[in-house]
Amino acid sequence: MANFSKSTVPQFSVEVYQNEYLPEGGREVNAIVTVTATGGGTSGGRPLADAGQPSAARGAPDAAVVVMVDCSGSMEYPPAKMRNAREATAAAIDTLRDGVAFAVVAGTHQAAEVYPGGGRLAVASPATRGQAKEALRRLRSGGGTAIGTWLRLADRLLASSDAAIRHGILLTDGRNEHESSEDLRATLDACAGRFTCDARGVGTDWEVAEVTGIASALLGSADIVADPAGLAADFTRMMETAMGKEVADVGLRVWTPQGAEVQFVKQVAPTVEDLTGRRTDAGPRAGDYPTGSWGDESRDYHVCVRVPDAGVGREMLAARVALVLPVPSGEAPRTLAQGLVRAVWTSDLAASTQINPQVAHYTGQAELARAIQQGLDARKSGDMDGATARLGRAVQLASASGNEDTAKLLAKVVDVVDATTGTVRLKAKVAEADEMTLETRSTKTVRVKK
Amino acid sequence: MAVTGPSRCPGCGEPLESGDNFCGVCGADLSGTADGNAAAGDHPTLALTPQGAPRTAPGDGVPGGAYGGPGAGLPDEAYRAAPPPAPETRLPDAGVPADPRETLAVPTCVACRTGAVDQDGYCERCGHAQPRERDHFERALTRVAAVSDRGYRHHRNEDFFAVADTTLVDGSPAVLAVVCDGVSSATRPDDASRAAAETAAEALVTALPREPQPQQAMHDAIVAAAKAVDALAAAPDGPQEHDPYRRQNAPACTLVAAVAAGGVLTVGWIGDSRVYWIPDDRTAPGARLTEDDSWAAQMVANNLMTEAEAYADERAHAITGWLGADAYELQPHTKAFRPDRPGVVVVCTDGLWNYTEAADELAAVLPLDAGERPLDGARTLVHHALDSGGHDNVTVAVVPFPAPVRGAGSA
Repeated sequence: MANFSKSTVPQFSVEVYQNEYLPEGGREVNAIVTVTATGGGTSGGRPLADAGQPSAARGAPDAAVVVMVDCSGSMEYPPAKMRNAREATAAAIDTLRDGVAFAVVAGTHQAAEVYPGGGRLAVASPATRGQAKEALRRLRSGGGTAIGTWLRLADRLLASSDAAIRHGILLTDGRNEHESSEDLRATLDACAGRFTCDARGVGTDWEVAEVTGIASALLGSADIVADPAGLAADFTRMMETAMGKEVADVGLRVWTPQGAEVQFVKQVAPTVEDLTGRRTDAGPRAGDYPTGSWGDESRDYHVCVRVPDAGVGREMLAARVALVLPVPSGEAPRTLAQGLVRAVWTSDLAASTQINPQVAHYTGQAELARAIQQGLDARKSGDMDGATARLGRAVQLASASGNEDTAKLLAKVVDVVDATTGTVRLKAKVAEADEMTLETRSTKTVRVKK
Repeated sequence: MAVTGPSRCPGCGEPLESGDNFCGVCGADLSGTADGNAAAGDHPTLALTPQGAPRTAPGDGVPGGAYGGPGAGLPDEAYRAAPPPAPETRLPDAGVPADPRETLAVPTCVACRTGAVDQDGYCERCGHAQPRERDHFERALTRVAAVSDRGYRHHRNEDFFAVADTTLVDGSPAVLAVVCDGVSSATRPDDASRAAAETAAEALVTALPREPQPQQAMHDAIVAAAKAVDALAAAPDGPQEHDPYRRQNAPACTLVAAVAAGGVLTVGWIGDSRVYWIPDDRTAPGARLTEDDSWAAQMVANNLMTEAEAYADERAHAITGWLGADAYELQPHTKAFRPDRPGVVVVCTDGLWNYTEAADELAAVLPLDAGERPLDGARTLVHHALDSGGHDNVTVAVVPFPAPVRGAGSA
């Protein structure tokens, strides 16, 4: 169980791992930036969130959560699915801290407020939790699926709260059939940055790209719950994580020197998430990349910058990477922590040809995620040779980097002949759930073995 | 009469010759920085610190404070040619003395000449690292002077030196110079060389007035320096030092020291930094007084290879002895000489002797009046190394011999 009594916000620290030495004429600088938020009682009385969140009396929960439950007709097949969804939502409600604002939304081809109703949020207490669970009994399945409408309702409800942490939990069992993918895209664009959202697919009739797309756009997690019986435990975990968040809307600010180009900025742990295209300019030569909300956790980012060549013997600051927290009054955002990425040109080949182990590791993890995606795509399109090659490469990378969870998932889709060389055979029969699990979790990474 | 010398262009950081009115590389006008005598006399890094002005406050965090030793009685404060403050203390702050030149305040980048310099020492616009105090620093006492320069191909100066004067047991004056070269493949070589040089100099300043055997004092000073460098390995890395390529190696450096006192020249070393003897009468042959702890020197010493063969090998310059926690076994070398004529002792790192390997090559570059003007002599040798390519950090100390008082006494 997470420690819900924790009232202080986290301290951020930044560590940079890189080989700063470039050969003569070298221009590409790679660095892994590890951001760690440690909070709770150890922050030494340096409140971070108090700056901008007026409601945040110390110790009072400063969060609002909306649970979106798929109630489309397909949820009755099998009937256990609806029952499990109801129970899972009840378990999530039980996990709410007292004082947290919350609501439950039923989603079909339209969205309906289940609790409390009236376009507002309830405040969690023993009484409201009981009423909410009572309201869940009235959930009936029937109708289609238009996830965008659910998200828009959640957005309206969350906007009625001034809580710093605004989070959604979304459960679906089917494809988004009753609105265009453009509509969903537009909704995600509109909601991005307004709240974060975890997305879950239950059963095997949903579209992996839709669920991961929602989580990616809204900076939450995505996963499959193939067996509806596992929903309650998963919902409890998700809510615990949400309750553990202590500061929201944290941005990763990357400054680069004149003439430099940011090649990419990716989150690489705990999952691969390319943030490059999500930059918003933040003053001269700086841009912010969204990271969402943080509890006690650590994430790694891979920053790649192309700098102008400065010549052997020179040293340059290739990037300054900072965690920033916006201040609502329009003042300059607060810098929570920062690290420096350097470039040093040397004629010492022994120095410049070293590849930093962290950079190498995460370059491999990103390739692993890509290889799985390409392999599964090839398999779906009937390109068995391509699928074998890509999934073989994935097996090799997972084995070499010690990503055992992914290796196990791969072993359900291919027969591994030799993991070291990446020799595999495609399985003739693959359970749909196994393939979807692999696809959904393809972006999960492991950290460097210390 | 300050003898602070020109060092690097304030515009682009290029090393300058004394007397230059314009930078030969970027064309920056240097005339505004000083009056005639001290032409271009300000260090380029002046924008960051008040080091161009004669220092009158010893012990203010500059390296000289410790080994110069207030008790050692510096003969002339104006001769203290601006050794660098510790890097972390060199940012401008409210406590800067009221030198009019300092009111220019906000430092501008030397590379793009547009951006302001941030608190980490990089340009806020183009990101270039700014010249650091250690890139070029000089120090002169009455009869000993030293100059250190980053060179052209290394991004920081990993050499360090210390010069001081003290007395022997009998009260006769003693002059000493210590030069250290950080091992680049180790972590924090710049910290290692600094700790070693300062510790050894301090040990000598303390021991020479008490220890009747200068050679023993030299031995003890090298052991003390070794302990100081060892201690760095135990200290935690700085918060921004993430340097896995070097992390596995404990800080390490070479050390070479010379003490001129009472008609005896005592040298001590470990590694491949050297001491040369150059007689004032250049018709007499000079000599190298140290034997490198290097692969090539060992091959030759053990009659396994000829000198030509050994130095042609790519392993030639691999050092076999150093100060640092991962040294096999500390074997300080000490020797004493009683020169039969006046001359100059040159204490240097391989940044110089790579270009002046033989003593007569060095003698050909060293000005004839080096005994009278040791700082100019040291500068000339450093510039020779830079003009020859400046592939390594270069540090040179020049110690005239015999020490001046003795010379004065015999006159």
